[in-house]
Amino acid sequence: MAVADARTGSGDPPKVSLLYNPALRSYVYQAATLILIVWVIWYAWSNAAQNLARANMTTGFGFLNSRAGFDIAQSLIAYSADSTYFRALQVSLVNTLVVAACGIVTATIVGLLIGIGRLSPNWLVSRLCTVYVEIFRNIPPLLVIFFWYLGVLALLPSIRSIFQHVKDNPNAVFFISNRGIYMPAPIFGEGFGYVIAAFGVGVVAAIAYTAWANARQRATGQRPPVLNVNLALVLLLPLVVFALLGRPLSFDYPIPGSFNMRGGMVVAPEFLALYLALSLYTAAFIAEIVRAGIRGVPQGQSEASYALGLRAGLATRLVVLPQALRIIIPPLTSQYLNLIKNSSLAVAVGYADLVAVGGTILNQSGHSVEIIAIWMMVYVTISLVTSLFMNWFNAKMALVER
Amino acid sequence: MPRRFRKTPTPGKQQNDNEQRLLNMAKTIVAALVGAAVMGIGASAAQADTLSDVKAKGFVQCGVNGSNLAGFGAQDSAGNWAGLDIDLCKAVAAAIFGDATKVKYTPLSAKDRFPALQSGEIDMLARNTTWSTSRDSQLGFDFRAVTYYDGQGFMVKKELGVKSALELNGASVCVQSGTTTELNLADYFRSHNMEFKPVVFEAQDEADAAYNAGRCDAYTTDASGLYSIRLKMTNPDDHMVLPEIISKEPLGAAVRQNDSKWLDVVSWSHYALVAAEEFGITQANVEEMKKSDNPDIKRFLGEEADSTIGADLGLPSDWAVQIIKAVGNYGESFERNVGQGSPLKIDRGLNALWNKGGLQYAPPIR
Amino acid sequence: MTEISFVRDRFLTAEKPPVSESTALGWIHRNLFASWTDGALTLIAIAAIVYFLPPAIDWLFLSAVWSGPDRSVCLTVDQGGLLPSGWSGACWAYVNDRFIQFMFGSYPRDQLWRPLLVVAMFVALLIPMLLPKVPRKGLNAILLLIAFPIVAYVLLLGGYFGLSHVETPLWGGLMVTLILSFVGIAISLPAGILLALGRRSKMPIVRTFAITFIELIRGVPLITVLFMASVLLPLFLQPGNNIDKFLRALIGVSIFASAYMAEVIRGGLQAIPKGQYEAADALGLNYFQKMTFVVLPQAIKLVIPGIVNTFIGMFKDTSLVTIISMYDLLGIVKASFGDSGWITPVTPLTGLIFAGFVFWLFCFGMSRYSAFVERRLDTSHTR
Repeated sequence: MAVADARTGSGDPPKVSLLYNPALRSYVYQAATLILIVWVIWYAWSNAAQNLARANMTTGFGFLNSRAGFDIAQSLIAYSADSTYFRALQVSLVNTLVVAACGIVTATIVGLLIGIGRLSPNWLVSRLCTVYVEIFRNIPPLLVIFFWYLGVLALLPSIRSIFQHVKDNPNAVFFISNRGIYMPAPIFGEGFGYVIAAFGVGVVAAIAYTAWANARQRATGQRPPVLNVNLALVLLLPLVVFALLGRPLSFDYPIPGSFNMRGGMVVAPEFLALYLALSLYTAAFIAEIVRAGIRGVPQGQSEASYALGLRAGLATRLVVLPQALRIIIPPLTSQYLNLIKNSSLAVAVGYADLVAVGGTILNQSGHSVEIIAIWMMVYVTISLVTSLFMNWFNAKMALVER
Repeated sequence: MPRRFRKTPTPGKQQNDNEQRLLNMAKTIVAALVGAAVMGIGASAAQADTLSDVKAKGFVQCGVNGSNLAGFGAQDSAGNWAGLDIDLCKAVAAAIFGDATKVKYTPLSAKDRFPALQSGEIDMLARNTTWSTSRDSQLGFDFRAVTYYDGQGFMVKKELGVKSALELNGASVCVQSGTTTELNLADYFRSHNMEFKPVVFEAQDEADAAYNAGRCDAYTTDASGLYSIRLKMTNPDDHMVLPEIISKEPLGAAVRQNDSKWLDVVSWSHYALVAAEEFGITQANVEEMKKSDNPDIKRFLGEEADSTIGADLGLPSDWAVQIIKAVGNYGESFERNVGQGSPLKIDRGLNALWNKGGLQYAPPIR
Repeated sequence: MTEISFVRDRFLTAEKPPVSESTALGWIHRNLFASWTDGALTLIAIAAIVYFLPPAIDWLFLSAVWSGPDRSVCLTVDQGGLLPSGWSGACWAYVNDRFIQFMFGSYPRDQLWRPLLVVAMFVALLIPMLLPKVPRKGLNAILLLIAFPIVAYVLLLGGYFGLSHVETPLWGGLMVTLILSFVGIAISLPAGILLALGRRSKMPIVRTFAITFIELIRGVPLITVLFMASVLLPLFLQPGNNIDKFLRALIGVSIFASAYMAEVIRGGLQAIPKGQYEAADALGLNYFQKMTFVVLPQAIKLVIPGIVNTFIGMFKDTSLVTIISMYDLLGIVKASFGDSGWITPVTPLTGLIFAGFVFWLFCFGMSRYSAFVERRLDTSHTR
């Protein structure tokens, strides 16, 4: 501490009480904190142990290997009621990640559009975007979820009227009902792997070609056509392979069954409600971040690029956006994290995410401490990984600065 | 405001004060440590004797259904609780205190109910909870008296034309998560080689709303619950309960394990209701019946001179009288809450007395 | 003598601005049809408005049912009601019927003056607090953050001074939302300050604890913290040491808010120039004097908008207590969907729009206030 170090001048330093020794004080405070924390933990622990012992409860994670016994509506990995609790948790974690990933992509796109729209010189567009932001930012996400689930999706046509619709239009393949959106499911035939491989090759080739084009531009000042070639590589190449192999792809169409549509793919309303609510809610915040980011780049930067002869589009892409990104990324990270955490609201509409399935297990097995510990561990891990990735990305972006 | 800082001590001058403060600090820390140790010892000395605790605090804390299950545990618009489960809570309070109002209700969801009982937040759980082995053993509870013999059933819209649960192959089924119902549902469809799409809800009222809105083809829960939920539908007559009962659901009151005194009080409160019906004692004639010549009735009502039944249970000698005065006998309670006197109009069925073809049977009270 | 002057002594009369600058047409040209893409966007926007707005207004107001005793007024003939078939509109009659419940839950109807009095006191204390010109902010803050909660506690819960005891399970509706968020903020401010100071402390144990706590809580969803408070807390206490469910939700919300508040305050602390710390040290102030009199007042003033934003977030987040079956505004609205007296296809939408509007009103008001403070404080950096 500065006071202690400031003793200067000749002769003995004035005798200072031990009490004012910063080191000692620091030890005392820390010891007190430590004792307090240890005591709180010990108190909670011993009580919990006692309460559980009184109720003859076992503790530990061994119960995760017992049979789950309940079914899960949406499972992207193999699961049945005979699987273990642990498997159920894995299924639910996948579900959480799926809805979070879909939500993040949509929220980013919508947020970007709305954020740019708010800065648009078009009066009507900017007002509409402002209205959007002010509405969604100020309503709890849980309410938005209920709004979609109970207010909108529940009012869609019933499955009976869809059956009638199919009778009238036998060629329809795409249905929207209050049981979800039914659409044809792709069935990948033999050799479809080659198409995917071709796509991968195309992407790699496109990246390499872009790098070569950049190098050539730097060397000669001429830029070869990048966009068209890349599109050809990424889209045309797999399409050609696809055609050559004799189109190894067919579709499984949904047809009316006795109660529901059979076959095809269905996107359940629980997922839709959660996904729409998370995306639209977070998009409002991302829009504000994008707006602040773009406005944070001084006007002089775009003026300077115009003076250098860049057109508006190029100036935005090459000058303004890279600088805006540096302002945008840190708050964007926390919005992504918020979206991931808000996906736990799934429990309100019965989408089988980590919290919903964990809650069911908690209830069936009674192991509340373990389940809550698992929740915390998983979410903290997801948060840490996301922050690490975004920090890495941020650091990469910051390198633009000299 | 520089005056505030004048107290900054100058070294040396306040040496004594400082030492005093150091001493005080040390004292505080020691006191905190001792306090912690004492509290720890206090904790380990706690005994499982809910009956004494209840008597000491003066009321029974009863965990009941928080989602307004008419007939079992529901609150009217004035905030008064009523239902078969509520009557058991009242009976226990009447047996202990002679006053059925000495109950506090904790409304619980299916998820909250077990931790609430484990942690001691409630004294007894009367929330249409199924008695099963795992709950009795693994969760650390004790069940004994069954207040309602139930079974799981299905409700469907009449327009589907379904007459049996075996025709439900491929149906979407609404179910509340974390219940035995959810497990039975999976087992039933599996054992009959049928497929179904579970639509799972956290709270019962969410499941009700979803079924009403046509999210599912069928709704499954305990048959008694189905009758109660049917009343909530936009048009109750459009819905029917299918005849299959796919499980045994003995609903009873749960208490924490290793507390047999308290288990005795709770279960004998229920048996008293059943016994009263058997003896023909009702809310109206209980005073009259005290003068009965039947020794069984006299003993039951605490009128026998040297009877120690009440005292042995840790209750006043007129405990049964108080129970009957508060809620009537089991038959009266049943008819009032779920039977012909209620909108549910459920038949006695399995819940008739043993000598009338049902399962309700009270062990002899002697 | 004629003056020869090259300086012009008469000015031209000002020309009228060009048509494109003054008329409505010009404004439209500049703001809506500046370019082809602009024009296309405008047309799309107008089409969207024409498509969505009239039906929305019709649903919300024109076709809406405003009063009636039960669900039959909001059902069509085929659904067993009174309205012509094909009707759809908001059922405000239901909100009207349930309004008191949405505001106060099951609070005894003859005791409603108590929450109303609390609201009146709150408004009377809050408005002078929010207006920058009103003096005596310190006294006001003490009254609002210390005296008011005590009075409100006694008034709402009762049991003292002849007031009847109203148990917390009877509380509900907007009242619960407001109490949860107010208490959350009142606790999270001091707790957040302590945590933020701890996180910037040089003492490793204190710092580690603060960082762990903040990052752990910020890393998990509120709903798990609420589950922890509602399910685990009773387990962590001695049997019989029962805490009210409401209190447990309060603890959960406060813990969560403290972690977020700590980060907001830390931002303020970091923004204070090092010179301020050093100057305080040079004056011989000890740590607490330095913080209380020099650093924190400046830091907190800097982050007032951030604090208000945290408060808005908290206010919205309290709706999550619905999931642990407590009846805040959203919870009680949702619970009323299952009430057979008002079960209709339009009830959920109507109720949610009502709840959403109330939430929106509060949050929008707070965000406007935050923007106002931001503008007021931000005097030096305007371009």
